Amino acid sequence: MKLYEIAKILRSKNSGPFCVTLDVFFYTNNDYNSIKNNDVITRKTIANAYGLPIENVSEPMYYDQAMGIKITYDRVISSGTVGDRDVYGAQQHAPLMNLTINKDY
Amino acid sequence: MSEQLRILCPCGILGYGFPEDSFLRGMEKKPDAIVVDAGSTDAGPHKLGKGVSIVSRLAMKKDVSYLVNYGTKQGIPIIIGSAGGAGAKVHVEWTLDILNETLEENGISAKVAVIWADIDKTDIYQALEQGCITPMSATVPEMTQTTLDSTHSVVAQMGHEPILKALESDVDIIICGRAYDPSPFAALGIKYGFDSGLCYHMGKVLECGALCAELGSAKDCIVGTLYNDHFVVEATNPKCRCTVTSVAAHTFYEKDNPYILHGPGFHLDLSACQYVQKSETEVRVTGSKFIVDEQYRIKLEGARQVAYRTFFIGGVRDPLLLSILENVQENVMESVRQQFNYIDPERYSMRYYNYGMNAVMGENEPQKFAGHEVGVLFEAIADTQELADAICAALRSTMLHYGYEGRKTTAGNLAFPYAPNDITFGPVYQFSVFHLMDVDDGIAHFPIQIFTYPQGEME
Repeated sequence: MKLYEIAKILRSKNSGPFCVTLDVFFYTNNDYNSIKNNDVITRKTIANAYGLPIENVSEPMYYDQAMGIKITYDRVISSGTVGDRDVYGAQQHAPLMNLTINKDY
Repeated sequence: MSEQLRILCPCGILGYGFPEDSFLRGMEKKPDAIVVDAGSTDAGPHKLGKGVSIVSRLAMKKDVSYLVNYGTKQGIPIIIGSAGGAGAKVHVEWTLDILNETLEENGISAKVAVIWADIDKTDIYQALEQGCITPMSATVPEMTQTTLDSTHSVVAQMGHEPILKALESDVDIIICGRAYDPSPFAALGIKYGFDSGLCYHMGKVLECGALCAELGSAKDCIVGTLYNDHFVVEATNPKCRCTVTSVAAHTFYEKDNPYILHGPGFHLDLSACQYVQKSETEVRVTGSKFIVDEQYRIKLEGARQVAYRTFFIGGVRDPLLLSILENVQENVMESVRQQFNYIDPERYSMRYYNYGMNAVMGENEPQKFAGHEVGVLFEAIADTQELADAICAALRSTMLHYGYEGRKTTAGNLAFPYAPNDITFGPVYQFSVFHLMDVDDGIAHFPIQIFTYPQGEME
């Protein structure tokens, strides 16, 4: 099963011109907690999915009130300059969508 | 202190436009003020570098005419944050010109406060020498005298303090240069004694228009109402609905931490916030905490020109070429390097983006290509426009006629949508300043001027 199948909102966006932040929100507390407690979204899984050095990825943040998880990484190239591919950082979420999750939780 | 304060935000960026019905429904709720953000770093560094806006003058004027006709005419104060897209002097002046023209055409007179947010580079040099400059994140370029010299203009995000000061002069309209997005929203509530944490949190939710509502967008209206110990948000378009998730999720938006939001001179702690569905369409929020920072810091933003660009777009449909496209492109670039062997290779670079293959994610694209058509964008970057044009022309002609191994189509390798094929882009910019600067207070760097419009006479 892929992460997007249980996500209500799943997105990427600039957090300032030098970082991209990934957000995922869930429909149910059950889904949210199982992802939160099973290390699905970690610095390592995100670094792997995005081909980034682990030190470019921040610790994931959990916001229980919104059933949401956020994780941020440093851009290699800042927004809108030579070599950038996504000025708003708004189409960088596909590798996150496709993270494989264990459906037995 | 009154019991409540209601703010209407017509859209996420002034000039984005909004449905008239939504705006009128918002006005029926009798807002105490209309507040709207007009800028962002999101669209890229060219706004600061080139001094241009995100929206057209035509669209901006349309939005401004709603504000003055329904706001100023009825005595409802208007605050515009980060005027003109990036909030530098040129952007503020552009906004003032449109405002002046609109007021004049509608026969409305207004007292207008302007808060400038341009930071003198000598102040920044000084702060740099004193160790009072901190980069915002790891990949921000190091600030040096050279990078500062080549940076066109630097702005700083103001907090609510200068806006509060402008409000003391009893003005009809406040035009802010670069502002922390929620500050223009927060200032009014703080003036009337509402809790600063709630004022700022509500500002954060409102500043993107109805983006905080389900099915809402930044091109639609939102209303927020402050009370003694909570605030309530509601979209005015009946097709949109604020829900606990949509509002809580919006607090996340474009931020690297979901419960600590850093602003000028303070941070917001949202870890104890509660979001409750008050009615079908309204969400009530409590528990936002405003914490004053020990050291007041303002965020500096600046951009510099780094190169010139020329590019072309062409489609590739030939299956034989598609199977070896990137190899061909590498060979084309090598051929162009040889054609220009009399030019210092440090002066230019070439890049291709293959839309349909991996243009969005580049070498990090995990998916294998399996399509029948690719959009090729080829660009030349150089230290002069003339050289960028020349390199691009050579890239285009070489790619068009390149004789790759096994080619059957000898007539041409690209389908161009346009003639001429090459597009001279102009300068390319880079965010060269994205740093925090320690300051004594939140007022000194943001001077205020007051004008009476439409004549534009200074008081």
